[in-house]
Amino acid sequence: MTGHQPPPKFLDLLRIRMPVGAVASFGHRFAGVVLFLVVPLGIYLLDLSVQGPDGYARAAALWHSVPVQLLSIAVVWSLAHHLFAGLRFLLIDLDMGVDRRRAHRSAWAVNLAAVVVVLGYLGALL
Amino acid sequence: MTGAAHGLRAWLLQRFTAVYLAGFILFVVIRFGVFNAPVGYQAWHAWLAEPFVNLAAALFVLSVVGHAWVGVRDVIMDYIRPAGMRVAVLAAAALALIACAAWGLRVLFLVTVNG
Repeated sequence: MTGHQPPPKFLDLLRIRMPVGAVASFGHRFAGVVLFLVVPLGIYLLDLSVQGPDGYARAAALWHSVPVQLLSIAVVWSLAHHLFAGLRFLLIDLDMGVDRRRAHRSAWAVNLAAVVVVLGYLGALL
Repeated sequence: MTGAAHGLRAWLLQRFTAVYLAGFILFVVIRFGVFNAPVGYQAWHAWLAEPFVNLAAALFVLSVVGHAWVGVRDVIMDYIRPAGMRVAVLAAAALALIACAAWGLRVLFLVTVNG
């Protein structure tokens, strides 16, 4: 029995330094899971909003409640990051921006652009 | 179908739905951000009942569900190792997504029926 050693583990989260591309990649995955989890809430709001004027008012009240507004900030970040990182992956699939320098720069651009969108959303909220 | 072809099919589904989702989101952002947003029950209901919007939204629901399925399937298979647990969580995710698709399509269909 050779070659069956357990894989090495290095999970000291304080000492791991992830390259920016890994942050973009993991952010894309994390954001995707967040979006998956809020699908039922989105459909619930849609359902409520078309149940006559009363339902619409209830959906609007729920949308403007503090927990949902806080959640909406997370959802806006997730949507923006998932969209931008996803477009980056699509372009890389098409052999665009594959070289190290441009992949590095586009990963930074994706992570920053998602934060900029959230700041814009916060500005619109306040 | 071989495993490789199945993987290619999932890969294609993920990317085609991704492009549609991005396009629909852009459409909604422009419709609400640039033009008069359909605010208020009457305007909102009427907008959703427009055939083009209703159909595009129904396709959006289906795309979300298909796209989410490929994505969560990858995540679940990456992080959940015990076979029984993996199958159980995959089944739960699949059922949840199918229920969401049925629910969303039902809501959109009823909008076209109830004037």
